[in-house]
Amino acid sequence: MEETRILLKNIGKINPVSSADYVAAGGYKGLKKAISNPEAIVDIMKDSGLRGRGGAGFPVGLKWSFTKGTPSDQKYIICNADEGEPGTNKDRILMSGDPHSLFEGMAIAGVAVGATKGFIYLRAEYPYLLPILNDAIKDAEAAGFIGKNILGSNLDFEIEIRSGAGAYICGDETALMESIEGKRGEPRYKPPFPGVSGLWGKPTIINNVETLCNVPQIIDKGAEWFRSIGTESCPGTKLFTLSGNINNPGVYEFPMGVNMRTLFKEVGGGCPGGKKLFAVQTGGASGAIINAEMLDMPMDIECCAKAGAVLGAGDLMFIDESINIIDVVENLIEFFVEESCGKCTPCREGNTRLLEFVHKFKDGTAREDDLERLIEIGSFMQVSSLCGLGQASPVPVLSAIKNFPDKFIVKSDERGQN
Amino acid sequence: MTENISNCCTDRTVLDKIAAVARNWKGRKDMLIEVLLQAQKLADNAITEDVAEVIAKEMSIPLSTVCNAVSFYAMFSTEKRGKYIIRMCKSAPCHVKGAEDVIKAFEKVLGISCGETTSDGLFTLETCECIGVCDRAPAVMINDEVYGPITPEEVINIITNYRQRREEA
Ligand SMILES: Cc1cc2nc3c(=O)[nH]c(=O)nc-3n(C[C@H](O)[C@H](O)[C@H](O)COP(=O)(O)O)c2cc1C
Ligand code: SF4
Repeated sequence: MEETRILLKNIGKINPVSSADYVAAGGYKGLKKAISNPEAIVDIMKDSGLRGRGGAGFPVGLKWSFTKGTPSDQKYIICNADEGEPGTNKDRILMSGDPHSLFEGMAIAGVAVGATKGFIYLRAEYPYLLPILNDAIKDAEAAGFIGKNILGSNLDFEIEIRSGAGAYICGDETALMESIEGKRGEPRYKPPFPGVSGLWGKPTIINNVETLCNVPQIIDKGAEWFRSIGTESCPGTKLFTLSGNINNPGVYEFPMGVNMRTLFKEVGGGCPGGKKLFAVQTGGASGAIINAEMLDMPMDIECCAKAGAVLGAGDLMFIDESINIIDVVENLIEFFVEESCGKCTPCREGNTRLLEFVHKFKDGTAREDDLERLIEIGSFMQVSSLCGLGQASPVPVLSAIKNFPDKFIVKSDERGQN
Repeated sequence: MTENISNCCTDRTVLDKIAAVARNWKGRKDMLIEVLLQAQKLADNAITEDVAEVIAKEMSIPLSTVCNAVSFYAMFSTEKRGKYIIRMCKSAPCHVKGAEDVIKAFEKVLGISCGETTSDGLFTLETCECIGVCDRAPAVMINDEVYGPITPEEVINIITNYRQRREEA
């Protein structure tokens, strides 16, 4: 099946640093339109139905309308380029191959809501992207696309890059803002929401790289064009990162709603060595693990959720029959134990407890009440953790228990004392 | 491996360089992470106490703020590390592709365990979470360079290359 390359159309085809190349490929037309009618942008974004690509799927136009509607002397646009979810590579591809589309999306957001300053929060694991982004920013400034008086208008929009320093939690929007402010990246209590009170307490839009890269073409070609791609509830394309036991790992672009089986078989080429597919983790480390029988699934937010999977940032990690699923679950919980910021008890203590239970299943000493307690603690974490990390971290183990019940064997004849 | 590395006594010229970087951002707490990243590159890949003190003083921010940030972010170390930091990804996509065997190969070739530094001060071996190159799993970063997919057998060549680089330098 052919890819639908809308976001990836310039990748590998243009010099990523050069704004002239980007313009020759149709770039910066959206920004021109936006400047000629800033008032209309938020409505176009609402009409387009674009939803955030960073994992949560929040409607972009609605998010922007909060910031637009909050008067302030200073507003900010933040691009979330933390890409910390294990199994996600798409933002790296966009930034390394087509950074101007990101700048254009950010500048359009700025023009739409009256923000003059943008930050790209880049994870420290991508140091090699820094020279590309810095050079591209310089080029865009020299050509008048960003900086002062963009495209000869009276509008300014500056872009600055800030580095992370190796903390998964800094991908959370409020933790990220704390980090830009130079603090420990611990999530804030909400409300207030960033759209109203974000970076340094100012109204702030924060969007994922892929989300922002969608914006220029939506403004240029219109909401209707965008809605003609993908599904009713999730218009547009999605970048999917295929990883794990798969012949063709990588990042691919397809309309929302593409079938997971197509991604596995036709795009991914199946498991290496003729092995059978056993499981798929959907939506990154914090996403659900499904069994191979569930493979027929249209990939959009609603369809995935209905089937007990997670679209997330579009990650699919394939697991073949040679892999021990408990071992994978253990690896995932270890990740959350390490990355929990420790601010709230359910997540800080809960992940450690989950890991203890999983160890029991691994060494075959788990009892029936261990299974019950595991599910109880996991469910409690989902409702009582402060941020998305603690809320989602039990998902892999809980889904694995549901979809691979025979792998979580308990010694049912020896009920414990506690 | 290195034992008893002193946590103070960073070279005076290095401290001066770090001071010069930090001074540019006096009162700019938001630039702390950028300054720490730069400082660490200058100072044996570590933010030791004396380095933290210089940064706090030159940026006019409390030392506790600097130490708080250092302890929070995985990229910072309070102990001196090798010239080359080997960061082997242990996240799930690399894990299911055999990352553990590659880690073992690094341990064997270098003669150290994860978290340790070779006695010549050249390599520190660490594990880390996803480095965003899952299409190249199992993958490793050595300073800013990415290698992958790598097999346990290839580890020796990679290490030999870095050793030669040092000799040429
Ligand atoms: C623990 C955690 C990690 C996250 N990591 C990322 C990330 O790496 N990149 C990202 O875009 N969003 C991440 N998010 C989601 C952000 O909080 C936020 O929803 C997103 O940046 C909004 O942009 P979008 O609406 O364009 O997706 C993370 C959330 C949580 C709770
Ligand atoms: S849920 Fe976890 S990561 Fe989020 S605030 Fe609580 S402890 Fe920190």
